[in-house]
Amino acid sequence: MRHAAHDVISRRGTGLASIWRYILAGLGLAALLVGILAVVYLTAPHSAPGPDTARSKKTASGLFVASFEPERGVIRQGELQSWLLTLKTAAGAPVEGAAITVSGGMPQHNHGLPTSPQATDYLGEGRYRIDGVKFTMSGWWQLRFAISAAAGSDSVVFNIVL
Amino acid sequence: MRRLASVASLAVLAVLALLGGCGEPEFSDAEKKTIASLALNMLPALKADTTNQYADVPAAAALGSTLFFDVGMSRDGTVSCSTCHKIDRQFQDDLPQAVGVGRTNRRTMPLAGVARDPWFFWDGRRDSLWAQALTPLENPLEQAGNRAAFAHYIKNRFGERYERIFGPLPDLSAVPANASPLGTEAEKTAWKAMPAGEQEDVNRVFANIGKAIAAFERSIEPAQTRFDRFAIDLATGAKPEGDAAFSAEEILGLKLFISKANCVTCHNGPRFTDSSFHNTGVPPVKDLPPDRGRADAVTQVQADPFNCFGKFRDGDAGACRELRFMVKDGQQLVRAYKTPSLRGAATRAPYMHAGQFASLDEVLAHYSKAAAAVEGVSEVHPLDLSDRERAALVAFLKTLSD
Repeated sequence: MRHAAHDVISRRGTGLASIWRYILAGLGLAALLVGILAVVYLTAPHSAPGPDTARSKKTASGLFVASFEPERGVIRQGELQSWLLTLKTAAGAPVEGAAITVSGGMPQHNHGLPTSPQATDYLGEGRYRIDGVKFTMSGWWQLRFAISAAAGSDSVVFNIVL
Repeated sequence: MRRLASVASLAVLAVLALLGGCGEPEFSDAEKKTIASLALNMLPALKADTTNQYADVPAAAALGSTLFFDVGMSRDGTVSCSTCHKIDRQFQDDLPQAVGVGRTNRRTMPLAGVARDPWFFWDGRRDSLWAQALTPLENPLEQAGNRAAFAHYIKNRFGERYERIFGPLPDLSAVPANASPLGTEAEKTAWKAMPAGEQEDVNRVFANIGKAIAAFERSIEPAQTRFDRFAIDLATGAKPEGDAAFSAEEILGLKLFISKANCVTCHNGPRFTDSSFHNTGVPPVKDLPPDRGRADAVTQVQADPFNCFGKFRDGDAGACRELRFMVKDGQQLVRAYKTPSLRGAATRAPYMHAGQFASLDEVLAHYSKAAAAVEGVSEVHPLDLSDRERAALVAFLKTLSD
């Protein structure tokens, strides 16, 4: 049968036969390409889902809503910077007179923060200046705030990935 | 038609070859970004030092340069700053531990870019370049002098130059020839017997010596290397030519440096240092006194009368944020030492804070194995580098010296 078919095609002319051959080869290569792409995709190192880097969140027990932003808008690696921690109650009222302590570090590097940031000023409307923040390297940093105010004590962790 | 098909097949083959790695681009976009961040052209202009109003006064730098090379600035007239900070050796001395009047416990640090450091010495026990410069002057193993003697020496030898910069020298006629709160028992006794005003006069002259030396040291900056030429070409998309072109081994070394070997975690930015302190498990040197690194330095810098909070600082206390927000305790400070710059490192063995390793290969063997620290906790994880990878890293590090 194959002989017969081949004979038929041959009889129609070599040009047409070549085109079929190339189309078949093209399809084969395309299939191979898809296969390789699939292998590359499946074996490529997929970065683990990063930590939650939200700049605004509820504190651990839900007492406050905390937001944490660099005071000048941008993070500059290796520089001492001041950040703003804004505290609101769950109802949205600014939290005043809060006592705040800061800790943190790099969970993947066995070390704490390279500096000891402190809440240095109250700027009104629930905003506290956290000065002395420095990120000396790229990677995953954590800043933990222990907050004590009239409504009670709570804590919050911000993840910062550089 | 046949030709068209051949061209199409070739194109498909080319795509396959690319995917297969034959024509793989040398660096990803993220790697290119990291490499660009290490190039010397990313080094910002040197910031003013408001704690030293003479930092950028040329006459102060000139006097500082004279003092830096003057062996008269020592107890026995044989040691100057330049004895260990040798001008033709990257301002270091190639010794495992510096030798002044005696043998010290630490490796001499090179000075390129030193004015950009927030902390000085391997452990950061001083917080300004001018406060640093004062410390070896009175260390019995380095210049072994005392501040009363230095004040007299400056008045006798450089009085006119000093006064043109800093104003009138105080009356030192009642000041003992030798006196210091840090000196020998006799010097300490002599210091205690001095009225507070006289002590302050001497301290002021002493602080100004440091400020002049610091003004000179601000001019010592890192120079462009082969790596910088390569990095600039890579960033601009130009093909590196001549010595800016990297060999396959150097490219592998650079790739390892910024990825698998994690070097760039601490050796970051155009100076290849995060200017911070880390315990990397470097073993102590036998016969040297116990050394706890940063853990002991924090008390020393707080007690230093010439620190940023002290009365000899110029400008306002806003310049003291590093000291104000310093980490004062915790396990992470134990045997933590400053990340040294890697610029020029390949040509200045031995390595580490007390010259523990004789070659870069020994350094890389240490990081590859990541032995536990004798005290505190090492931040380093084993890398298991192959011989080829270690050689490639050394080849790359050499591009920071050429």
